[in-house]
Amino acid sequence: MRASSFRHLLPSAVSAALFTLILAVAPPQAFAADEAAPLVTDPQLEERVMDLSHKLRCLVCQNQSIAESNAPLALDLRNQVREQLAAGKSEEAVVDYLVARYGDFVLYLPPFKGTTLLLWLGPALLLVAGAGWLGWRLRRRAEEVRSAPHLTRDERARARALLDGTSPGTSPSSEEPRS
Amino acid sequence: MKAKFLVPLALFLVLAGFLGYGLQLNPREVPSPLVDKPAPQFRLATLAAADTALGVADMRGEVWLLNVWASWCVSCREEHPVLMELARDKVVPLVGLNYKDTRPEAIAWLEAHGDPYTASVVDADGRVGIDYGVYGVPETFLIDRQGVIRYKHIGPVTREAVRDVLLPKIAELSRAS
Repeated sequence: MRASSFRHLLPSAVSAALFTLILAVAPPQAFAADEAAPLVTDPQLEERVMDLSHKLRCLVCQNQSIAESNAPLALDLRNQVREQLAAGKSEEAVVDYLVARYGDFVLYLPPFKGTTLLLWLGPALLLVAGAGWLGWRLRRRAEEVRSAPHLTRDERARARALLDGTSPGTSPSSEEPRS
Repeated sequence: MKAKFLVPLALFLVLAGFLGYGLQLNPREVPSPLVDKPAPQFRLATLAAADTALGVADMRGEVWLLNVWASWCVSCREEHPVLMELARDKVVPLVGLNYKDTRPEAIAWLEAHGDPYTASVVDADGRVGIDYGVYGVPETFLIDRQGVIRYKHIGPVTREAVRDVLLPKIAELSRAS
């Protein structure tokens, strides 16, 4: 784009000022016009176009759907979608048309097939592996607790005496060792 | 069991390996499903003369390159000298697909920078571009004698890409019947 000169800038500044002035002096009723006319002739078709466009990825700004993107290509693709739906093609046919040209990449919902197996099953595999590992750990810990060495009654009494700070043997604990 | 403390380190290294590999990839390069498929047909007016048309069918029997370009495309300037060299060496016919451009601007661009193309065809509304899965200009397609797309280069063609990929592929395709 060429930088616009002041010559171009000036009229727009003047008209902006004029517009503001009109807004300020005109009675508010002047603007209470009818509802805005719909921009599309066929709202039903437009809804289908937008529904489908939300499922298609724009290849230029890759994290936007072609419904959201303002890239010229997204506009072209939206027009293609609209044109083909208007011509009576089904949603599937339009998706196939785009996939044939741009690959599965245009789909936000990738198909289930050989190359996407890991993508689709990976989370489930991780879940199963995690649950398996957790179960194994829990079982092993239970095993460790069960096979931990038990203290005899004397040992227990000595330990208690040591903890209490009294000399061992003076007050044997009446507590039974838990099994 | 003594080496247990190394487990997080090992996990980190694996993760770092994956991420490092990911950094080497170019997310802008979307593999084209059109490779090894017949080139989509078109018949478009040439840039030089609006009343003459050129299509895929006319190139049958030749190994050729289809280069998508536009006067508004900045990276096209980057690859332009490389294309000029290709044209000078007369490697293969180089057809330009002038994508979503205006005729006067395209002609002016070629006059200013030099015209490497055997011919350019005008795809003003980008329809043929969509058929070829074009999503970023420049893109270059290598098409064989039978009219099958054999390779797609996304982004500006570099001297390295010509030397390491395009020329070997062209030689291979030229040898094949």
